[in-house]
Formats: sequence, C-alpha cells, structure tokens
Amino acid sequence: MRYDSLADSVGHTPLVGLPRLSPAEGVRLWAKLEDRNPTGSIKDRAALSMIKKAEADGTLRPGATILEPTSGNTGISLAMAAKLAGYRLICVMPENTSIERKQILAMWGAEIVSSSAAGGSNEAVAVAKKLAAEHPDWVMLYQYGNPANAEAHYLTTGPEIAADLPEVTHVVAGLGTTGTLMGIGRYFRETKPEVKIIAAEPRYGELVYGLRNLDEGFVPELYDSQYVDSRFSVGSRDAVRRVRELLDREGIFAGLSTGAIVHAALAQGVRAAKAGQTADIALIICDGGWKYLSTGAYTADLDSAEDFLDGQVWA
Amino acid sequence: MAVEVRIPTILRTYTQGEKAVQGDGATLAQVIDDVEGRYPGLKARLVDESALRRFVNVYVNDEDVRFTGGLEAPTADGDVVVVLPAVAGG
Repeated sequence: MRYDSLADSVGHTPLVGLPRLSPAEGVRLWAKLEDRNPTGSIKDRAALSMIKKAEADGTLRPGATILEPTSGNTGISLAMAAKLAGYRLICVMPENTSIERKQILAMWGAEIVSSSAAGGSNEAVAVAKKLAAEHPDWVMLYQYGNPANAEAHYLTTGPEIAADLPEVTHVVAGLGTTGTLMGIGRYFRETKPEVKIIAAEPRYGELVYGLRNLDEGFVPELYDSQYVDSRFSVGSRDAVRRVRELLDREGIFAGLSTGAIVHAALAQGVRAAKAGQTADIALIICDGGWKYLSTGAYTADLDSAEDFLDGQVWA
Repeated sequence: MAVEVRIPTILRTYTQGEKAVQGDGATLAQVIDDVEGRYPGLKARLVDESALRRFVNVYVNDEDVRFTGGLEAPTADGDVVVVLPAVAGG
C-alpha cells in the first residue's frame, strides 16, 4: 500500500478474527487493529480530522498554539501532527497517568500542564477550558465536543468495519470522549440499524472520582445516548485479565482500554450464545500495550496490578 | 430482592461513611427508596423529579441502567448496584 505521506496512511486498519477467544460456536469476535495507525492509536483518526477541519475553517493558522485536555493518546496524535505542521502543542493531563505517556509527548515536542490527580480528567478539562479563555489566540480543538472527532469515525472507522464484516451484528468500542461510539453508531443507525453498539467504559478507583460535588460532573458534549445500545462499566482487574488473555490466546499485545472492550465484547458474546443466537462482534483494539508496561499490568500479580492502577487514569 | 449498593466517596456522608449498603427492591427505584428510608437525603442526590440526575451514573451488575430501564431497571437477589459520578475520559 502506498501513501503520499504519513497523514494519508491513517486508518485502513486490519480486522482480525479471534477464534481462540470467541466464547461459543457461532459467536465470532473480530478485532480492529487501531494500533496500526501512525502514532499507534485510534486517536490518529480524530486528531487528523480535527486539525484538518480547523485548518479548513481558518481556526488554525500557521505557527498557532494548540491546547488540549487529554489523558494521553489524543495528545500523542496531536503532537505528531503539530510537529509536522509547525504548531505548538500544550496538553493538559492529570498527573497520575503513566510515565510513558509523558515521555512520548515530550519526545514529540509537546508541553504538558499537569492537573491534580485528585481532580482526574474532569479537572484537566476544566483547567484546559480556563487556559483557553485566558489565551484567546490558542486553539483548543476540544476532543470532547468537536464534531470532527465523531465524524472521523462516521466517515472511516464505521465504513471500514462494514466493508470488512458485512455480517457484523455488534460493534464494541471504548467510551471516553464518545467520539468513536458516536461516529460508528451514527453510521450504522443510517446504514444497518440492527447492529448493536456496545460501549465499554473504564471504571476507575475512588481517587479518580474524587470528592467533587456531583453537580460538577462531566458528560462529553459529543455524547448522545441514542447511538448506544448498552454501556458496560469495567474495572481495572477485568481489563488487566482480558489484555493478558488476548495476549496469551491470540498473540495481540493491547492497551488497557482494549481490555475493557474485550470484557464487554465477551459479555455480549456470552449473552448471544445463551440466547441461541449467532453473532459477529467487531471490537476495537485502541492501542498497543507499550505505554502501559510500567503499570505492571502484563507482569505483576493481578492484585498488585489492580492496586497500582487503582489511583490511575488507567485507560 | 436484596442488593448491594456501592456508594461513591462523595455520598458517604449520607451513609455514615459506609462504602456499601444493603437495599431491597425489584427495581432500582424501589431499591433507592428503600435505602433512602435508612439513609435520608441520599435519594435527592441521585434522582431529580423522577429521573436520574445528569451527572450520576448507576450500574446494575456493571451495566448502565439508562439502557436497561433507568429507574425501572430490574434488580434481583445478589445484584450489585454501583453509583458513580460522571467523569471525563480520553
């Protein structure tokens, strides 16, 4: 396959069958390898889409400063794109994210503003919004509310799944900004509405949920629950178990949010099997396990891994 | 139907610091009313004019109730209900 530049190679990722992990006869799991993107995660699709849209509508000018609240992958995607296009990038991230993410961002030339661990991602969003207000010339692409995020998945990820797996019955993706689910969800509602859209939501430790007033919670502006059919909450212990199973049984080395997705996909598969139905379940492999090695998720005993991840924004 | 209801840190002032309380009911609404009886004030933090509050997420056996019936989501013996504040991710 040949592309004119790295940016053009975003997407077009393989869909790989998981015969050993599939829970029952007639229930087939299919993994979409989003780690096969330029910076190694599905966020390359959204980042490129948001930048292209901002350049097209004049919001992003040469030499501009981009600001973004991100727990890692979006920042990394934006950092690569910013470096190539000559933009400055500032990422706002909770301080309790894995060291690899910070190292990689610095390597790409991004600057990091740390928000408190106790404030979690909600605070990163709030700090970013405040910085954006203080620096009106900075451009906050704002992955949580930017329609170009969801649109990337509506235009590319969803259609790719449909093309590779016309018999698809379920699509399972992670719930973070909700961009993937909204884009894929809208695509299938329009073209094949019987496909079930399943959200896998990471469940964090108490520290991450903090002591903030319940009225100060956060729901991404992109989120529209009409595009989702079920939403599963998955804790770190299950996510870790599943990434290890994925590695052991299928040889796929995936990041922790993928563990949550596999857990939800298996639950869905078991449900279908019990109902005597067949199913073809496409699940997203968001990124590889590299950035999470220091967490012990792949090596430590399950209790230690769970303890370590408890205070982290692990997905 | 006896269920375990797990309470987020922010709401433990209503449960005398307890991380989890027992509840009884065949639907989430019934369970919430039952828990309210023993821990007054909790219900108002979760429910706002007969719907779940916007920034509160509730899961029965790890599934978001907004997709399984909301306040009418069924609860059975041994189910685990988890209450969490809505947070960002990504």
